[in-house]
Amino acid sequence: MLRTPLSTYIIRRLIQAIPVLIGISVFTFLMVHLTPGDPVVLFAGDKPISDEEIVQIRHQYGLDKPLWEQYADYVSGIAHGDFGSGLHSKRPVTDTIMEALWPTIQLAFAGLVVAVLFGVSLGIVAAIFHNTWVDSLAMVIALLGVSVPVFYLGLLLLFFLSFKYPIFPATGTGDLQHLILPAFVVGFSSAAYIARLVRSSMLETLRQDYVTTARAKGLRERTVVTRHALRNALIPAVTYMGLQFAGLLGGAIVTEQVFSRPGLGRVAITAINNRDYPLIQGTVLITAVIYVMVNLLVDLSYAVFDPRIRYA
Amino acid sequence: MPESQAATIAPSTQIASLELKSRSGGLARDTFRKLTRNPGAVAGLIVLCLIVLATIFAPTIAPYDPIEQDTQTIRQAPSREHLNGTDTFGRDVFSRVLYGGRQSLPVGLIAVGIAGVVGVLTGLAAGYYGRWVDTVTMRMVDIMLAFPGILLAMSIVAILGTSLFNLMLAVGIAAIPEYTRVVRSSVLSAREAEYVTAARVSGASNSRIMLKHIFPNILPPVIVLATLGMAGAIILGSTLSFLGLGIQPPTPEWGNMMSDGRTLMRHFWWVSFFPGLAIMLTVLSINLIGDGLRDALDPRLHNR
Repeated sequence: MLRTPLSTYIIRRLIQAIPVLIGISVFTFLMVHLTPGDPVVLFAGDKPISDEEIVQIRHQYGLDKPLWEQYADYVSGIAHGDFGSGLHSKRPVTDTIMEALWPTIQLAFAGLVVAVLFGVSLGIVAAIFHNTWVDSLAMVIALLGVSVPVFYLGLLLLFFLSFKYPIFPATGTGDLQHLILPAFVVGFSSAAYIARLVRSSMLETLRQDYVTTARAKGLRERTVVTRHALRNALIPAVTYMGLQFAGLLGGAIVTEQVFSRPGLGRVAITAINNRDYPLIQGTVLITAVIYVMVNLLVDLSYAVFDPRIRYA
Repeated sequence: MPESQAATIAPSTQIASLELKSRSGGLARDTFRKLTRNPGAVAGLIVLCLIVLATIFAPTIAPYDPIEQDTQTIRQAPSREHLNGTDTFGRDVFSRVLYGGRQSLPVGLIAVGIAGVVGVLTGLAAGYYGRWVDTVTMRMVDIMLAFPGILLAMSIVAILGTSLFNLMLAVGIAAIPEYTRVVRSSVLSAREAEYVTAARVSGASNSRIMLKHIFPNILPPVIVLATLGMAGAIILGSTLSFLGLGIQPPTPEWGNMMSDGRTLMRHFWWVSFFPGLAIMLTVLSINLIGDGLRDALDPRLHNR
């Protein structure tokens, strides 16, 4: 097996992302045209319009051009950061999205931190105390984590930790206090998933010969676990971090609604309810592109840290 | 989240590609026997059966009409008259939870059906034919996976509008790529098997080989994915309804009931608490059954 140079791997991985980005743009472009009925009606809003207005709107949004030309215009608009204006607010879509982007990314990453810290420690503890009540308890928590809907967990925590025992603020943004509860809600199901993965790969690693060797050398159990076993046990968990980010982003979208936080989720939901198509297209496109980019970065970082990825 | 569950299944279960065709009745019996020895799965089966029965017999069990409003009984706490309290419109929350399952459960079932059929067919074709069929299918899958599931489902609702059928379609389409991927990778290992060569030599057509020979052999991972996927679909469906993009009020559905109670949580917790509990118990029991099935169907875990 030949070893692929890092640069070749990076280039290949970048090239693979191109059809995906094109696909995302085609899908968001087609959203307007896939909607039952004439797109003109969507852009006009719900009010009745005259034939002249139809011609005018058709011209304004380029709907009188052939489909491929409309797509070309759409893509060149995106490339210049122009997503058009919202039908409802008349504000440039780019401005609305830029404003909402940061709170969502902040929440998703805070969720990632919770997921990793909580998930990895739960998994390790469960593996070390394999087949004891500690293990069972950890796995029950993990099972609850994959079974509780994000919005239910959010409402329960709100009730107990904001209303009944006012430890955390219920709504608002800004400092860390406001972020803790939503971040936990976003990260919990990923934490549960990571805990299951870490536990099973940890159990596998602890049976390996090199772990036995390390123990036989007389190393302290703590050293064996953290230095020898954990490092290898974490690889499968880390490998799925990219996939986890989809769940975190989706979780953030829902959690925003529960905690009345600003963000892409609220923008998207309001836009869908207002049938504000330029805004819907922009939000969907930006969220998908962020996700693809994060996945790309995660993949590339593995290639740097774990040379085995580059083989084959 | 469904994304993560698919990832756990894919690598471990696809190994279960045994020649099962001749003893498929045996496999079902074998699996069921193993399932009944798994206390978690048994508990899951019992709870799920109770929930399904309660949903089916909702008109008989429900003490009140789920939609009729009553100004005399607004936002009452749980009591003997109203087991789970009443909501803003004076409706009995317990009755609405019973009826709510008639929306939430079929959404999960039909969505998994849509995703399963499309995913199995595309996965079979991609894995079996390879070449450009594989390339085109997997690029499509990559594009669909570029959208977090909830976002893809939201986009589909944005395109088609809100209705029960569109909700099923949205949740179903969002789940297709997981099935395609799992089926494809199972087919890749199965198509080199001797029974496939034997079938081809004896003159079987491609579609016959795929559906009659390969498909039964890749069934175990598909069954596990469909079971765990049902849990994911119920969560996604109720999430969309919670966000106001699924089943619309006044029709009771667990997600939209929780949305009604979202702003009431501080003083009238029961309006959201009980529908949420219904979702969680349903999903929990399905996950327990799914985990049990995975253990029963995955030979790698047998001797642990």
